Amino acid sequence: MSARSRPWRWTARGLGALGLSGRTLVVAVPMLWLLLFFLVPFFVLGRISLAEPILARPPYTPLFERGPDGALVILANLENYRLLWADTLYRNAYLSSIRIAAVSTVFALLIGYPIAYYIARAPEPRRTILLLLVILPFWTSFLLRVYAWMGFLQREGLINSALLGLGLIDAPLVMMQTTFAVQLGIVYTYLPFMILPLYANLTKIDDAFFEASADLGAAPVVTFLTVTLPLSLPGIIAGCMLVFIPAIGEYVIPALLGGPDTLMIGRVLWDEFFSARDWTMASAVAIVMLVLVVAPVMWLQSWLDRRGLNG
Amino acid sequence: MKRGWILPVLAGLGFVFLYAPIVALVVFSFNESRLVTVWAGFSTRWYVALVNDRQILQAAWVSLQVAVASATLATVLGVLAAFVLARLGRFRGRLLLTGMTAAPLVMPEVITGLSLLLLFVAMEGVLGWPGGRGMTTLIIAHTTFCLAFVAVIAQSRLRDMDDSLEEAARDLGAGPVRVFFDITLPVIAPALVAGWLLAFTLSLDDLVIASFVSGPGASTLPMVVFSKVRLGVSPDVNALATIIIAVVAVSIAIAGVILYRQARRRDQGG
Repeated sequence: MSARSRPWRWTARGLGALGLSGRTLVVAVPMLWLLLFFLVPFFVLGRISLAEPILARPPYTPLFERGPDGALVILANLENYRLLWADTLYRNAYLSSIRIAAVSTVFALLIGYPIAYYIARAPEPRRTILLLLVILPFWTSFLLRVYAWMGFLQREGLINSALLGLGLIDAPLVMMQTTFAVQLGIVYTYLPFMILPLYANLTKIDDAFFEASADLGAAPVVTFLTVTLPLSLPGIIAGCMLVFIPAIGEYVIPALLGGPDTLMIGRVLWDEFFSARDWTMASAVAIVMLVLVVAPVMWLQSWLDRRGLNG
Repeated sequence: MKRGWILPVLAGLGFVFLYAPIVALVVFSFNESRLVTVWAGFSTRWYVALVNDRQILQAAWVSLQVAVASATLATVLGVLAAFVLARLGRFRGRLLLTGMTAAPLVMPEVITGLSLLLLFVAMEGVLGWPGGRGMTTLIIAHTTFCLAFVAVIAQSRLRDMDDSLEEAARDLGAGPVRVFFDITLPVIAPALVAGWLLAFTLSLDDLVIASFVSGPGASTLPMVVFSKVRLGVSPDVNALATIIIAVVAVSIAIAGVILYRQARRRDQGG
């Protein structure tokens, strides 16, 4: 046995005496980290959404309080949730986030699909180079890619100067601080997340399917609609999830490209926390976002996984 | 059969869409004028302004430290999680671990950021740790969300890997730890490098989570850039973007050449 395995043996024996196997330990390390820093935070979030904001550090009421007779009293306050339901601002923000995310996802699919399909059918080495070209913007800063559109879309921006210069428009178009700009920003920054799963799926499809379809006399369009599209459904679903869910909670894009009337729930949460300094309301907004949007979509994803559709 | 022209044209337009803003960003970083849309001659003044900006430099240093630390931690934990899920078969809590390594991939950043901050504040009330917000909380937060990305990459590599190598080593009498370090790890090494680089980039790039969990004195580069950009277009940010793009492009080109050479050598050898 090599020297390397000896200390391991002693450690294993010591752990064995404690009733722990190496196997348990290997499972425990990532498990405990994720439990503590991923799962437990959601419970803290839920608990604070039930508190009341106060002027103190931390700025929320405790969950338990000693009553006058010394007994523990649980303080749970549903006021935040009542407000979320009653105030149309929040309801509209949820609805408009879902709408903006959905529209952006559809456009990302429409733009991403031809790119993914083209790369999947390209011969090597062109395929690798094109794939690198898709990934390259993804490795540069997300924030700076959103920022790049500010120079394009603003009143004196490149698009307006070009259109004015060509005489196509008489007055500059208002593009910055609109819902359109936000959707454009989401499509642009999330496009690689759409292309990569689509590409991974499309390369797996056996060419024999296309050949068979063509041999049987199907026009390319028919082949695409009846063979390619159905077979690439898992890739379409995966890509749409990767764009849709994060886009719902997007903050940076509406903050930089959106106007004051572009309501998105991620921005509402941010403002509740950083501007209004109401941690309890921000938590309630987050919990409803989780329950309403993220949980059902993740459930759908795991259901598809179990059905083996996402192989 | 006639080759279709629709697909190449659509794909080409897609690439123009991907690259036009980046090209414009780079070109206007060399513009003499403060106006980002009027060309007033070539100049490197915004690069000079950038390297003299102490706030930016300090934030870049914070970001770099956090990114190295959290990418390394995330790689170790992510590979462990991937190994457990790909090789250990059934165990209690398997479904939970699967969910917890996949969910951070799509979780909206505002939720991750807020919930982690609340955890840190609550922990401090109970345990007296982590003692304020700053580098430590940043590293923990970034490790947690980068871990998922590393786990996905490592898991797909482990699934593709031929496990007869590991079996052979076991049959020859190697213990599980020896098999892992002598066989599994070297085989999945390229995935580890890719995972580390991805985690490093994600950490360097993150604004939302960092804004929640960071404290005074530990502003990251995206936080400083965001506060500048919020007020409008500013050319020194273009210069910064150009530097980042150049570094990324050169690294990817080098990686591409190395991979290409390796592939060719393997082809010639085989």
